[in-house]
Amino acid sequence: MDPHRQLSLHVPEPSSRPGDQPDFSYLKLLPAGGARRPEQDCPPQDMHDLAFDLVRVLDDEHAAVGPWAMELDPSLLLRGLRAMEKTRIFDERMLMAQRQGKTSIYVQCRGEEAIACGQRLALGPHDMCFPTYRQQGLLIAQDFPLVDMICQIYSNARDKLGGRSLPFFYSERDHGFFSISGNLGTQFMQAVGWAMASAIKGDNRIASGWIGDGSTAESDFHAALVYASVYKPPVVMNVVNNQWAISSFQGIAGGQAANFACRGHGFNIPSLRVDGNDFLAVHAASKWAIDRARANLGPTLIEWVTYRAAAHSTSDDPGKYRPADEYAAWPLGDPIERLKQHLIALGQWSESRHQAMVEELGAEVKAAAKQAESFGTLGKGPAPSASEMFNHVYKEMPPHLRRQRQQGGV
Amino acid sequence: MARKNMIEAIRDALDVMLGADDNVVVFGEDVGYFGGVFRATEGLQKKYGKSRVFDAPISELGIIGAAVGMGAYGLRPVPEIQFADYILPAYDQIASEAARLRYRSSGEFFAPITIRTPCGGGIFGGQTHSQSPEALFTHVAGLKVVMPSNPYDAKGLLIASIEDDDPVIFFEPKRLYNGPFDGHHERPVTPWSAHPASEVPDGHYTVPLGKASIAREGEAVTVLAYGTMVHVALVAAQETGIDAEVVDLRSLLPLDEETIEASVKKTGRCVVVHEATRTSGFAGELIAVVQERCLYHLEAPIERVTGWDTPYPHAQEWDYFPGPGRVGAALHKVMEA
Ligand SMILES: Cc1ncc(C[n+]2csc(CCOP(=O)(O)OP(=O)(O)O)c2C)c(N)n1
Repeated sequence: MDPHRQLSLHVPEPSSRPGDQPDFSYLKLLPAGGARRPEQDCPPQDMHDLAFDLVRVLDDEHAAVGPWAMELDPSLLLRGLRAMEKTRIFDERMLMAQRQGKTSIYVQCRGEEAIACGQRLALGPHDMCFPTYRQQGLLIAQDFPLVDMICQIYSNARDKLGGRSLPFFYSERDHGFFSISGNLGTQFMQAVGWAMASAIKGDNRIASGWIGDGSTAESDFHAALVYASVYKPPVVMNVVNNQWAISSFQGIAGGQAANFACRGHGFNIPSLRVDGNDFLAVHAASKWAIDRARANLGPTLIEWVTYRAAAHSTSDDPGKYRPADEYAAWPLGDPIERLKQHLIALGQWSESRHQAMVEELGAEVKAAAKQAESFGTLGKGPAPSASEMFNHVYKEMPPHLRRQRQQGGV
Repeated sequence: MARKNMIEAIRDALDVMLGADDNVVVFGEDVGYFGGVFRATEGLQKKYGKSRVFDAPISELGIIGAAVGMGAYGLRPVPEIQFADYILPAYDQIASEAARLRYRSSGEFFAPITIRTPCGGGIFGGQTHSQSPEALFTHVAGLKVVMPSNPYDAKGLLIASIEDDDPVIFFEPKRLYNGPFDGHHERPVTPWSAHPASEVPDGHYTVPLGKASIAREGEAVTVLAYGTMVHVALVAAQETGIDAEVVDLRSLLPLDEETIEASVKKTGRCVVVHEATRTSGFAGELIAVVQERCLYHLEAPIERVTGWDTPYPHAQEWDYFPGPGRVGAALHKVMEA
C-alpha cells in the first residue's frame, strides 16, 4: 500500500492545553458596531453574513456603538448589572456551600451571566424558557426568591421539588422557567413544541430554548431546527458557545468546521452570532429575535460567543485539560466588568457605588443561604419526607405504588 | 351504535376527542392530509383544520419532543409513531422526559400525551414492522401502557388515555385492525362485523385504564393475554376443549393485579402469552405477580408462550408467531402437570 494514500482520522484539538499559552486566534472577532442590524422582517437568506459576523455594541472605550446600540433606559442597564452581579455572588456562595458539604454538586455560570440575564429582561412575563442547568440568571434577573433556590439546592424540608431532583434542577412554571432535565438537549426540542402550541392556540407568548455548544451534537438539536423551520413557531433558539463541554473544546462538537450560528442556514432560519459578554448586545439581539417571534415571523437561532470561566461543575478540574489562565486571555472580557465600565462612562455609576452594591448583594445572598440552611441541608437535614419519593410519579398514585410505599415503611 | 372495525373505532375516538376538547391535537408522519398509512386519521384534518391535525417530519424524537413541549403548554397531544418498531428514536423523550416531567417538577409540568403506535406481527412485516416493544415501556416509572384487543375497547381506552393527565403509550395491534385474528393464517380473515365487540357506541364513552376484562370465563386454567394473543388464546381454548379463563389485560401498566389474582386462585393454573420475545418480556413480570399472589393456589408451574428470542423474521413468520398450536400445547401441559 502506498503510504501517501493511507487514510487518517481527523480528531480536532483545542488551540492550547495545560502549560501552553492561551490562544484564541481561532475566533473571528470583529469590532463593536461593525455588524449590521437587519429589518425585523428581513428574509433569513438576506442576512447570512450575520452568522459569520459578531454583533457587538460595547467598544473598547466602553461606549455603545453601531446599529445594535439601542436607546436603553439606564435603569434597565443597572437592573442588568445588578442581576449579573447577584448571579455571580450566588454562584460563589453555592460553590462554597458545596465544598462545605451542604449539597452534593453545584454548577456555576461564571462569565456567562450576561446571556441569561440580558435575555430575561427582554422577555415578557408569560414567555417560557427551556433552560439548561447554566441559566440560573433567568430566575435571578427576575428577583426570584433566592431562599427557594437554595432550599432546592440543599434538598431540604422546604425544597419544593421534594428532594427528588438534583441540585439546581429548578422548575418554576410561574416564572417562565421550565423544569430542568439531566438529559442534554431534550428541552431544545420541547421549546419548539411549546412555541408550536402557542401558535396553535393563537396566543402571543413565545418560547426561548437553550443549549450548550457541546449539546448541539445531540439529535434533539437537529430535530428542533427541522421543526422550527417547518412550522415557523415563535421560538428563540439560544446556543451558548462557552468553548467547552466539560473537557471537550467546541471543535469536538463540530465548531471548528463551522460556527454554530450558521447551522441555521440550511434550515432558512435567521441566525445571529453575538458577543455573549456584552450585555447590550445580548439584550438587543434577544429583543430583535423576540419581537420577530412575537410578530409571527418565526424562529431565530442565536449563537452566544462566550467562555466558561469556571470549572464545568464542582466535580470537575479544568486544570487537567486547558490552560489555567485561559479566561484571563479571553478576548471578550468579563460581562460584569464591561457593563460596569459602560455605566461609569455614561456617568450613571461609579466604582464606589458598585462596591456598595456588591456588599449589599453579598449580605442578601448570605442571609438567604442562612435562612435556607435553617430549613436543612443535604447532609444534616431536615430532609424531605421519604414518602415524597412516591409522589408525583403519576397524578394519582396507582395501587402498585401504594403497596410499595407501605412496603418501604414510609 | 354502529359496527366498526378497529381502525374506525380509533378514528372515531380521535374524532370525539378533537370535537370535545380544543386542546387535543393529532400529528405524526403522514397523519394529516393523507389520513395515516393505516387510515386511522382519515378525514380528521379536513374536519378540524391543519393546526389541529397535521403531518410531521420523519423524526420520532421530534414528534414526541414537540408533544412534551405542547403538553407543558397545556395542550393534549395525540402523536402517532408510524410503527412501534420506530419508537426507539423517541425513547429518550418518552422515558427521560414525558415519563418524569411530573416527578421532577412536583406536578408543575406534566405530559398529558397519548402516543398511538401500531405494533405486533402476523402481517409479514419482518424485523421492522412486527415488533412488540411493550416491555421497554412497562419498565419505565411514570408511563401508562395500554393495548386493546377489539374495537369497543380500542375506542373507550383511547378516549380514556387522551383524557388521562399522564403519558400513555397506546399500542394498536395492527393485525387486529380489520378483523379478530386468532393465528389461523391459513383461513380467510373474518371481518370485525361478525364480532360482538365491533358494536361501538357513538359519541363519548371510556374503558378505564388499569382494568382487565375477562374475554372468556373458565374454571380449568387462567390465560393472561393482551392484543392479538387474546384471540389466539380464545381459539386455543376452543380447540383443546380446555375450559380456560382468558384474561384480556388491556392495561399493562398499571396492571390489574386483583383480576389476575382472583382468576388464578380460582383455576389454580396459569399460562401467559405474548408475541414479544421471551427473555425479560412482560410475561416475566406477570409470572412474578402470579407467583407472589397465588403460589399456594398453584397446581402446576406457570407456562409462558412467547415469541422466540430472535429478531422477528420474515419467511418464518408462522414459526415465530405464537399461534394456537403452541398455546394449546401449553394448556395441555399445565393441565397434565
Ligand atoms: C444525554 C447526555 N449525555 C451526557 C451527559 C453528561 N454531561 C453533562 S453536562 C455535559 C457537557 C455539556 O456541554 P455543553 O452543552 O457545551 O454545555 P455547558 O456545560 O458548557 O454549559 C455532559 C457531557 C448528559 N447530562 N446528558
